[in-house]
Amino acid sequence: MKLKHSALLGAALAGLLASSVAGAVEEQFIGLPSYRVGPYAAGGSGVFGGWIDYMQLINERDGGINGVRLTWEECETEYNNARGVECYERLKKKGSTGNTVFQPVSTGITYSVLDKAAQDKIPVVTIGYGRTDAADGRVFPWVFPLITTYWSQASAIVNFIGTKEGGMDKLKGKKIGLLYHDSAYGKESHAILDKLAAKHGFELTKIAVAHPGNEQQSQWLQLRQLKPDYVILWGWGVMNPTALKAAAKVGYPREKMVGVWWSGAEEDTVPAGPAAKGFTAAGFNVAGANYPVVADIKKFVYGKGKGNMEDKTRIGSVYYNRGVVHGIITVEAIRKAQEKYGKGKALTGEQVRWGFENLNLDEARLKALGATGFLPPLKVSCADHEGPGVVKFQQWDGGQWKVVSDWVESDRPLVRGMIEESAAAYAKEKGIKPRDCSKEG
Amino acid sequence: MQFFIEVLIGGLLSGVMYALVALGFVLIYKASGVFNFAQGAMVFFAALSFVGFQEVLPARFGMEAGSAAVFWLSFLLAFATMVVLGIATERIVLRPLVNQPPITLFMATIGLTYVVEGLAQMAWGANVRGLDLGIVDEPIAWLMDDYGIGVSKFDLFAAGAAASLVALLAALFQYTKVGRALRAVADDHQAALSIGIPLQTIWRVVWAVAGFVALVAGMIWGARNGVQFALTFTALKALPVLILGGFTSVPGAIVGGLIIGASEKLAEVYVGPLVGGGIEGWFPYMLALAFLLVRPEGLFGERHIDRV
Repeated sequence: MKLKHSALLGAALAGLLASSVAGAVEEQFIGLPSYRVGPYAAGGSGVFGGWIDYMQLINERDGGINGVRLTWEECETEYNNARGVECYERLKKKGSTGNTVFQPVSTGITYSVLDKAAQDKIPVVTIGYGRTDAADGRVFPWVFPLITTYWSQASAIVNFIGTKEGGMDKLKGKKIGLLYHDSAYGKESHAILDKLAAKHGFELTKIAVAHPGNEQQSQWLQLRQLKPDYVILWGWGVMNPTALKAAAKVGYPREKMVGVWWSGAEEDTVPAGPAAKGFTAAGFNVAGANYPVVADIKKFVYGKGKGNMEDKTRIGSVYYNRGVVHGIITVEAIRKAQEKYGKGKALTGEQVRWGFENLNLDEARLKALGATGFLPPLKVSCADHEGPGVVKFQQWDGGQWKVVSDWVESDRPLVRGMIEESAAAYAKEKGIKPRDCSKEG
Repeated sequence: MQFFIEVLIGGLLSGVMYALVALGFVLIYKASGVFNFAQGAMVFFAALSFVGFQEVLPARFGMEAGSAAVFWLSFLLAFATMVVLGIATERIVLRPLVNQPPITLFMATIGLTYVVEGLAQMAWGANVRGLDLGIVDEPIAWLMDDYGIGVSKFDLFAAGAAASLVALLAALFQYTKVGRALRAVADDHQAALSIGIPLQTIWRVVWAVAGFVALVAGMIWGARNGVQFALTFTALKALPVLILGGFTSVPGAIVGGLIIGASEKLAEVYVGPLVGGGIEGWFPYMLALAFLLVRPEGLFGERHIDRV
């Protein structure tokens, strides 16, 4: 009798276990080293809010990626390198397969985790920041500065100015002022712009602004004396609205100012008030809520009360949409990796790295995602971890950003040459043997 | 020469903006001997509360956005918030640390900085806001047309605000009972206590006044650059001003501000290009350091003599 009872109990337990295993849903974990407090919270809350909303959309509308639900956990870095590394360590073993990808949205944190991530086999994706020469995937197999890099952006800005002037040959003899944040980020523009100045014959004057850039009186008096035909604003944070206000104060036309993507958000123009009107900035994503992907987020995520943004008016802003771009690229890389390693399975970081390296978001795929024109088509390869290297230009009309160009290309041969040269020097310094991409599957 | 004058005037007017922040430090140091590291955070909190109330009043109570009523009510509410913060600081942070070494109080204000910064963003969010005080940041037309010198109307307004604030503070210190008590506490805590001056009340008053100064400074800096976290960095501009002008002198804060503002702009324009530019971040500190070697108590600071 006792034996019979035990057997029945065992069978019941086994059945329970089997049913729970059969019903288990695969989950893909994504660690988010976000920053929602501190000096850069305004940008961080927009980017990470958009990113989370997109992942929530995939879960709510599609039931995950081929049935694999996305899970995530935020870790507050406050944009601080030490805390970023702490977050990296805290997140890397979470989830059934560990952290899939690390995207700190901070150049400093990126530099701090580059070596660790390669050892831990976790891809580091740096969209619009980080090391430019990491675009050479032969030397940096674990790093993906996707869509475009600072050097491509600088070159595209010069091309945009050339187009405005009626051709690149018209740049000869023109004066261009570079007002840059006096940091490694700001100086990243120097090498490429020097080469472009020599190539096209324009005169480049570099003017540094000390961090944080909340005082620019002397720089703008110098610019007023110089009378440049254009000013490239390579700013960050409070430096941007301060520059726009200072330009208005000395009477420099904002229509002649072209900013980088870290100068081209609502957070940069709104504080400057009317002084920002006419200012143009580059972007690898555009602003606006009238894209099907954003409409779907409103319908399937906010419609169910699961949205991440407290301030819903920011949906469709530059930073929010940038977060959606992060979400799209991450999800599509996982989807691509599932094609190789098994649909409906949770993947490791190493497997997802392959997904990033073989990512191909063509126009048809972007259309299917409801993101035509939202971000550029993107094709990645073993050697090229950047992709198209293009940007669109948007102009602030006093109330919102309006797209004023198509995707503008960079001087690809020049930029790629510089990337390969710099990556080769890094490989030599670190004793890295570049991968042979013909042997990569 | 015309360019030199323009840089000089611009620098002097920028210096007034630094002095506005420095005044808050002076007030607290003068009355309690505490170097309030949290002054920059208070500037941020005050300005953020002001624009926060400007948003909340029309949204929750149906008041007309942008009206004078909303402006002044927001100002009063933001001031009240700073008074509450001042009282809470005295009660929670300073009172338990009475008679502790100055370095302990200083460390406590470092902690207070993080609390105030976090509290501000928790209460009002992290969004960057614009602030319009109705004064355009444009050059005065006749000066520009006749002499080619650009002097901003907004800068002149800021200078006027600073002058008014100094006059108000001078009157408070010289002609009121509270002011006399403040001066007595500043001279000697124990002597002031022995004649019945309530130290804790004086500290509360002085923190509230520092909150008012932070609010004015925050509104002016916020109108120029937007109300955002970077307002906390204004404190960095005030430090060399304090070293130069003296930690205990209200006029010293103004004179120090003028010297720092003018010298950093002239250095940036005339020396900067020779060394790659971007020197106005560190130049004021170098100047203050050099000044410390000659006059450690600052231009107007009280000379400290120890019996040995």
